[in-house]
Amino acid sequence: MDKKLKKVMVLPCSGIGKTYGALARETAYELVERVRPGVATLTCLPLLVINDPEARQLVVENPVITIDGCPRDCARKSLEALGEKAAEACQAIKFFTAHKDLKPEGLAQLNAAGQKLAKVAAEELAEIVDRLATEGDK
Amino acid sequence: MIDIQITKVGIVSCSGEGIPEGTLCRLACRKVLDELRPGETVTICLPLFIAGGEEERTFASRYPTITVDGCEKLCAAKATEMLSGKLSKSILIPEVLKKCSIEPPAKLRNFGPEEAPAVQAVAKEIAKAVDEVLEEG
Repeated sequence: MDKKLKKVMVLPCSGIGKTYGALARETAYELVERVRPGVATLTCLPLLVINDPEARQLVVENPVITIDGCPRDCARKSLEALGEKAAEACQAIKFFTAHKDLKPEGLAQLNAAGQKLAKVAAEELAEIVDRLATEGDK
Repeated sequence: MIDIQITKVGIVSCSGEGIPEGTLCRLACRKVLDELRPGETVTICLPLFIAGGEEERTFASRYPTITVDGCEKLCAAKATEMLSGKLSKSILIPEVLKKCSIEPPAKLRNFGPEEAPAVQAVAKEIAKAVDEVLEEG
């Protein structure tokens, strides 16, 4: 019998001031809307900052992938502040380091290379989503 | 008495990833920071109130601060008041859209001409609030 797939929460950093914050956000949207819709799921990181009970329940009950845009690691630390640990903690800049031909630029809107990098990053994260979605425990 | 003139206003955007209004919030705030009131506004990523240090947590005491929220959960307003300091003004996007008779956006990303009036209306409201805070000193 097929195991029921778990939801996998994707938590980008909410960065407003850095290109890699925009890349983290776009990567999360690629995962949730195109690459693994129905499995990868978003919640607002600021809801965790104010300790919203519904958002908290989502990250307590499901595995979480954090994607941070800078070394301050807001997404990962906000999760840890609730006593939870990320199943996978990524830094958006690592995707660029692995794909130097795709240099992201822009704050409000990523350039074409940044949008392509987000697609590539989401595809690379898909394997992790699949593993987390089928594992028995959180 | 020393007269301290306020020259910069802090803007804290909820930027919520899970709702279209969160993206609208982020884009409208960026428009104010980059185009409408550059030089008069500064920002901070909201989760830095948790993840950052003393410098980040004193943001609202260093700058009169306007929060912009995408929904009634008011994450930006609550987080700023709880973790940083008193607010100068708080803007709620659904109220701005209602006042301007603009439909809320329906998608999370790739905003284009269809969403431009909403971004413009919210940005205008933020810029107006910035001017009021600067005038009040």
